[in-house]
Amino acid sequence: MSSPATVKNAETLREVAGEGYKYGFVTDIESESAPPGLNEEIVAFISAKKHEPSWLLDWRISAFKHWQRMEEPHWAKLRVAPIDYQGATYYSAPKRQNAPKSLDEVDPELLRTYEKLGIPLSERAALAGVAVDAVFDSVSVATTFKEKLGELGIIFCSFGEAVREHGELVRRYLGSVVPPGDNFFAALNSAVFSDGSFVYVPPGVRCPMELSTYFRINAAKTGQFERTLIIADKGSYVSYLEGCTAPQRDENQLHAAVVELVALEGAEIKYSTVQNWYPGDAEGRGGIYNFVTKRGACRGAHSKISWTQVETGSAITWKYPSCILEGDNSVGEFYSVAITNNLQQADTGTKMIHLGRNTRSTIVSKGISAGRGQNTYRGLVRIQPKAENARNYTQCDSLLIGHKCGAHTVPYIEVRNPSARVEHEATTSKISEDQMFYCQQRGLSQEDALSLIVNGFCKEVLKELPMEFAVEAQKLLAVSLEGSVG
Amino acid sequence: MLEIRNLHARIADGREILQGVELVVGAGEVHAIMGPNGSGKSTLAGVLSGRPGYEVTAGSVLYQGQDLLALSPDERARAGIFLAFQYPVEIPGVNNMYFLRAALNSLRRARGEPELDAGQFLKAVRAKLKLLEIGDDLLQRAVNAGFSGGEKKRNEIFQMAMLEPKLAILDETDSGLDIDALKLVAGGINKLRAPDRAMVLITHYQRLLDYVVPDRVHVLSGGRIVKSGDKTLAAELERHGYAAYEAA
Repeated sequence: MSSPATVKNAETLREVAGEGYKYGFVTDIESESAPPGLNEEIVAFISAKKHEPSWLLDWRISAFKHWQRMEEPHWAKLRVAPIDYQGATYYSAPKRQNAPKSLDEVDPELLRTYEKLGIPLSERAALAGVAVDAVFDSVSVATTFKEKLGELGIIFCSFGEAVREHGELVRRYLGSVVPPGDNFFAALNSAVFSDGSFVYVPPGVRCPMELSTYFRINAAKTGQFERTLIIADKGSYVSYLEGCTAPQRDENQLHAAVVELVALEGAEIKYSTVQNWYPGDAEGRGGIYNFVTKRGACRGAHSKISWTQVETGSAITWKYPSCILEGDNSVGEFYSVAITNNLQQADTGTKMIHLGRNTRSTIVSKGISAGRGQNTYRGLVRIQPKAENARNYTQCDSLLIGHKCGAHTVPYIEVRNPSARVEHEATTSKISEDQMFYCQQRGLSQEDALSLIVNGFCKEVLKELPMEFAVEAQKLLAVSLEGSVG
Repeated sequence: MLEIRNLHARIADGREILQGVELVVGAGEVHAIMGPNGSGKSTLAGVLSGRPGYEVTAGSVLYQGQDLLALSPDERARAGIFLAFQYPVEIPGVNNMYFLRAALNSLRRARGEPELDAGQFLKAVRAKLKLLEIGDDLLQRAVNAGFSGGEKKRNEIFQMAMLEPKLAILDETDSGLDIDALKLVAGGINKLRAPDRAMVLITHYQRLLDYVVPDRVHVLSGGRIVKSGDKTLAAELERHGYAAYEAA
């Protein structure tokens, strides 16, 4: 931290102390990082570092207390090594010491992956963490983008900035979809979240372009505990893209993000994720644990929320993007492709909660297992008593490549209203040698054949992705499944 | 175009199925290979196309002067070899047109020709459908998914028309077809005869050969070609069966 910031922090300390600071923390606020461990002091430290208003600090502390009372969940089909919560550090300034100085110092395997994924040369250095001032004119690109959005009244900024500039808006909606006490990882995130995205679209406005974290100024690597809040006011539309196909490495093993979406009357939110976490080595060591709580509330009548995701990598993925269909005639959709290869494990799915009348939900889940991967789809469709005339269609397909992998489907269907119509279809298939040979006999290479068959399998999901993401996703599928056949 | 010399091949369980096949096929020629069950007809088709599960233990296959056995299945396809499958497999979710265009462009790239865009491809498709006098109902469906036996065989011939191979191996293309379907498929095959194209028809029965008249007929028995002749040999087999040739 440079001197002006240190002075500012000291002032903050005095202000806070002057108010009769009730938490009485002792940690030196001037230090760059918090010491390892998690307690009320650390939570207060994080909040003070970000200059947060007291309402948010109170909120964090309350969440922390919830967390202390909760137990880590255990799922039947995941093998999770114990996570040392007290051994981790919950706040640290970005590290620069070991950054490669040029692309020559970057792991050639990583560079080969960028090549295969078609990532533009100009972006590879930035992605690999090379310490250059500006690889390309990212600041001015982001500024023009923000101006355009600003003209329409659309707010798109970091979560921290939103707390400072649009505090009332944040306060109204934060935790309204995922309350801190909701689950273990949500409570943890609520206590120690680092940063994330905030979006607000005013009534009747259709956001003219896909929003992506790429355009947020100072968008560093995805944080450990990201917090995202997206609000679409009446009659508005926004499409948001999260993630990138380049494999993300991080020393921090545990990622527990929270994403809350709120769609008011007649509004629509489309949230797409293409995520490629580092899966660990071939033995599954060192991979990321990706535990995320994502939930959308269709608050208003005729509102709609769609989740589309292509997930691969990460040693363990545990996420259930969900929709709460409160408004009458509201619609929830979930389209997912989850790939597990080598020793990866995925337990993912969705929850569709039907509360209002004439609500509709669609679930299409495609799981691809290869190597010794284990893929579990876990879905809940709950129709509450007052949800007249609810409709759900679920299709869950598994594709197995090779004979050492596994796919499991665990659907939960709870219907408490007799007028509901719920349909569930599930298929399991293997890529057969015959299919591969047929494609090859027509002139396609083995790689092209696999890609063709897998893309055909995932077609219904891939067509829901915004175009640039769809192209990246197809390449990602091919790269993830390399070496899985033959 | 194709020279098979003393070809021996065995299958996964170790049994030697081909025991010294000798065959020469020239450009523009149509050869029929007939034989009883277990004679090695499908094995021959598999070995020529590079299907996994067969091991060549002796002999050679030269295709346009090149060692065919050294090439992978897709390399052989790109060199102009086409196999019309006896049991075409289904590939759900993969549109028939999309698949065919990908295959065609792969072959065109190998031949040094420019790839076809969607519009050009559609034009080529329409031309071939007209030539073969078949409808376009199969096009928008997934590859072979839910196709009847006749539709699958028709799809194989249509693909052959689009991919324009130099050597076409038709593995029991007539099996499972009723008379009308057979006539349609045979008509298509005849339209695709060309001076620079060779065809090997592998068949059990003589009926196909009433419609697609071969230049040479060979009898495959016990893993070897035991008799060769012209089209009259087929008629003779129809009358007397394979008993005379099932010795070795």
